[in-house]
Amino acid sequence: MSDTPKKPSLSMEASRRSFLMGGTALAATLFAPKFLRAADYPTAAVNTTGLAVTDTDVTVGILHSVTGTMAISETGSVQAEKLAIEQINAQGGVLGRQIKFIQEDGASDWPTFAEKAKKLLVNDKVASVMGCWTSASRKAVLPVFEQYNGFLYYPTFYEGLEESPNVIYTGQEATQQIIAGIDWVTQTKGAKSFYLLGSDYIWPRTSNKIARKHIEKLGLKVVGEEYYPLGHTQFNSVINKIRLSKPDVIYAIVVGGSNVAFYKQLKAAGIDMTKEKPLLLTISVTEDEIRGIGGENIVGAYACMKYFQSLDNPNNIAFVKEFKKMWGDDMVIGDVTQAAYLGPWLWKAAVEKAGSFDVDKVREASPGIELTTAPEGYVKVHENHHLWSKTRVGHAKADGQYEVVFETAELVEPDPFPEGYQ
Amino acid sequence: MFADYTMGELGAIFAMQGFAGLILFSVFVLMALGLAIIFGQMGVINMAHGEFMILGAYVTYITSSLFADYLPSLFSIYFFIAMILAFFVTAALGMLVEWSLIRHLYKRPLDTLLATWGLSLILQQIYRSVFGAREVGVTIPDWMMGSLPLTDLIEVPINGIFVMVLAISISVAVYLMMYRSSWGKQVRAVTQNRVMAGAVGINTERTDRLTFGIGCGVAGVAGSAFTMIGSTGPTAGQLYIVDTFLVVVFGGAASLLGTIASAFSISQAQSIMEFFLSGSMAKVLTLLTVVGILMLRPQGLFALKLRK
Repeated sequence: MSDTPKKPSLSMEASRRSFLMGGTALAATLFAPKFLRAADYPTAAVNTTGLAVTDTDVTVGILHSVTGTMAISETGSVQAEKLAIEQINAQGGVLGRQIKFIQEDGASDWPTFAEKAKKLLVNDKVASVMGCWTSASRKAVLPVFEQYNGFLYYPTFYEGLEESPNVIYTGQEATQQIIAGIDWVTQTKGAKSFYLLGSDYIWPRTSNKIARKHIEKLGLKVVGEEYYPLGHTQFNSVINKIRLSKPDVIYAIVVGGSNVAFYKQLKAAGIDMTKEKPLLLTISVTEDEIRGIGGENIVGAYACMKYFQSLDNPNNIAFVKEFKKMWGDDMVIGDVTQAAYLGPWLWKAAVEKAGSFDVDKVREASPGIELTTAPEGYVKVHENHHLWSKTRVGHAKADGQYEVVFETAELVEPDPFPEGYQ
Repeated sequence: MFADYTMGELGAIFAMQGFAGLILFSVFVLMALGLAIIFGQMGVINMAHGEFMILGAYVTYITSSLFADYLPSLFSIYFFIAMILAFFVTAALGMLVEWSLIRHLYKRPLDTLLATWGLSLILQQIYRSVFGAREVGVTIPDWMMGSLPLTDLIEVPINGIFVMVLAISISVAVYLMMYRSSWGKQVRAVTQNRVMAGAVGINTERTDRLTFGIGCGVAGVAGSAFTMIGSTGPTAGQLYIVDTFLVVVFGGAASLLGTIASAFSISQAQSIMEFFLSGSMAKVLTLLTVVGILMLRPQGLFALKLRK
């Protein structure tokens, strides 16, 4: 499957900019980017609102949990963001200024996230923040970012229903991730009935709502819908229910520690996912989660998201290589990690398009920003601050990687407030 | 919901569902036994119980990696060795904790709650620093994963049978120790009247340390067994702690039989309701029922008759 970045016909105005040439170290040597010099952009002109910008450097914030329950998921995002910053600095920085970062720990606690966000914006005057993971943490920092006019790059795929002028959402919103996957499974696997299963909080519930609407729109059947509390570890009863209702597809949005319990018990109950009867389709298991589940326990399942580590394109091959070089050979890269990697690059692109670090100007410049160097392939920022991106289906292998079996032909338009799906 | 099924299919589903209830029962018994020993016999509210379980799980993880690297021919039986190691490692840590922390707090039972909660946070962070924040994958020998087809329709998970056998053996072992050994007699004597037990020559300090150690050791074995059905991560212990206390308190703190009876009733109620209602609703109803019964019977299902 080839996924070579191609330059789209639209928005030639933006493509003249040198930032398009930025990218991974490999890309850097191939395309030899034109360095912007700080001297051409005097600090007084590019920073009229008192942000932490000097003649030589600019400070951004990284705000994730590195302690507490969410550390498990957010570590990858922190690593990706640091890699991106390092690469941007190696290429000459942003408007000729080196990026420095201040990292704060949200500690898996939502009020702490809000407090740290305020500290980053008010005390440190950071030019932008890469951060948050759960929707709860994003909702907690949102009022802070809107009050102090900060700018946040948020990496996680999430339920949508939000569009803040102070946030760029680099992960997919629910409709991008869900609809293409359901269309794929009905068209190529002939699925007629679905069993929806999820952990009991906003993201799985909203996602399943969208999935159910779409399934019913296609004239197909939902034979069951179930939610289990976060951290639930006993799934034998629901597995029996699934047997009883004989769905073609188990649509699973189980998260966290429950994930491990669910897949181990599914396997132990004799449901062999490689036989695809029923077929298992998930939107919550990235390569990161498989490390905890064990590849042998999930082999044969399908996952629907925008990025898999195994994507075969030059951008991604270079990205995976650099990531492993920086963080160790045994690292795996999941969807959110890649989305987090896009944050600093999208910000750099927007700043250089705007010719300014001012948040208002960066916001204005953001829609239409394109990255041809993204590991997932070409992406573009939509008016609604989400990304146009392709959706892909991966088939889980025993070694913990996904084999990409499908990708949408076109970029999928982000639609955080889907009409008819509410 | 049953209209479209033949009697055979329905029978099979109910048999498997009954089995699911029994597996849940065994899981509850394994989780709760260690705590029942510590909380029931010593009155120590051990909030770090889940972390002791996870220590057992990490010991299993280390053992599995060592066997995979150095003794691949014996990999299929490493699990038994891992469980024994898990017992001794967690028991050793338990005794260390008792010696350094708990024994200073016997006269202040509520403070043990805070102290062990702090201990649980410390242990979590240690796991995170040593093993990383991410969950680790414990490879289970092939023969232990998968299911045993009893008939065409009824399939029984092998790890479920394993957990059941383990729960029964550990319950029997604990019973024998508590009621048929001189150590058990000493433990019960110390529980009922510490001063008098000391006066008749029982080394109460040693008894306490051993009791706490064995309680933790049982937790470690449970944690080791749960690598088959759950996750192994720094905070995974938190997933078990609420259910564990629920079972022990509902059963009546000082009664091992009560713990087993309560594990049985809670697990059956939960798995039957999970089948007919949604998962979250089943949990809510189970908790409500337990709260209701505890309001009528605060001492739990079974209580020791003591003259106070």
